Amino acid sequence: MAADTGSYIKHHLTNAQMCSTDTGIAFNEACANAGFMTLNIDTLLWSIVLGLVFLLTFRSVAKKATTGVPGKLQCAVEMIVGFVDSSVKETFHGKNKLIAPLSLTIFVWVLLMNAMDWVPVDLIPTIAQLIGGTMGVDPHDVYIKSVPTTDLNMTFALSLGVFFLVIFYSIKIKGFGGFMKELTFQPFNHWAFVPVNFILETVTLLARPLSLALRLFGNLYAGELIFILIATIGLFQLPVHFLWAAFHLLVIPLQAFIFMMLTIVYLSLAHEDH
Amino acid sequence: MNVNLTLVGELIAFVVFVLFCMKFVWPPIIAAIEDRQKVIADGLAASERAAKDLELAQDNAKAQLKEAKAQAAEIVDAAKKREAQVIEEAAVKAQAERDKIIASGHTEIESERNRAKEELRKQVAVLAIAGAEKILERSIDAAAHGDILDKLVAEL
Repeated sequence: MAADTGSYIKHHLTNAQMCSTDTGIAFNEACANAGFMTLNIDTLLWSIVLGLVFLLTFRSVAKKATTGVPGKLQCAVEMIVGFVDSSVKETFHGKNKLIAPLSLTIFVWVLLMNAMDWVPVDLIPTIAQLIGGTMGVDPHDVYIKSVPTTDLNMTFALSLGVFFLVIFYSIKIKGFGGFMKELTFQPFNHWAFVPVNFILETVTLLARPLSLALRLFGNLYAGELIFILIATIGLFQLPVHFLWAAFHLLVIPLQAFIFMMLTIVYLSLAHEDH
Repeated sequence: MNVNLTLVGELIAFVVFVLFCMKFVWPPIIAAIEDRQKVIADGLAASERAAKDLELAQDNAKAQLKEAKAQAAEIVDAAKKREAQVIEEAAVKAQAERDKIIASGHTEIESERNRAKEELRKQVAVLAIAGAEKILERSIDAAAHGDILDKLVAEL
């Protein structure tokens, strides 16, 4: 049983991978030695599908957007947009056409990806195994991890995107010299402290994307892991699963909100000229 | 779990999604929201202005009504005064007329009486003469006794 449980959990936490080898395109275990040149196709698939769900829904509303009496979908979309807009306006006081849509994309996309946590842990893998079975693949070789934010690649992609924007706007607003000055003359404003300051500030700067990515990943990975553990305890899992899923009513939007909010904060810090 | 090429793929997807959102999603929705907010704000301002106008109009109407009432009262007062004046004038005139009529009546009565008196005197003179004639059984010369007759008439 213990070995079964162990392999069950491991199976659920393994990404479907794709890589190109000498013999052509290979999948999963065959990619064990491919190193960096591997794609987690389940993460890519789900994140892009969810991203398209977000964009196409919002785009359809945007196309039909009326200033008159809005429909129900438009109301819902406008609530989210208004919420993001007020969050941005409260924190960021400069003028930037990118930050609000960026925040909206991050919030809704991360929310949708986190929401995949609510899908019963065996549902999507079982369907995938059935489909794989009809295509003649051993069900044990079919891996699928349906919550993209439990993949470090996903969270780091988001946080690095934000990080690049922070660097870009820091240099754009303050100039390269100004950016360097910020890195070397804080927190101790004396030339003798320049190396110390530089080390401190660099750590601060780098800690931001790292913490951003790891916070989201950690919360969702842990949540998913507990869901999988709950799924191994038999019939009693039903009430426990319900409790844990209800708890995620809090975790899932909160993590999406935190990611969005910190993005806004970091970018507004990048816009501040000292 | 390892970081691999997926990171790059997701980064590209992220950039594309954000750009799409920035170009095609955010501007129309936020424009619709802000336009509607403006429409609502304008509507509220207009209704507030209308309410203020209404209040002003009501005040105006009240003031006008008050003025009209005051004017009406004034007119009624004036009319009453005039009425009293007319009545008084009429009374005075009537009194004067009455007095005049009474006075003329008096003079007429007086003159009538005088005339009757005169008539009576004459007739009394004639009667006296006739009586005297009867008593004396003879005619009296009216000319010869004229002085006696005149004296008699004067005594009547």
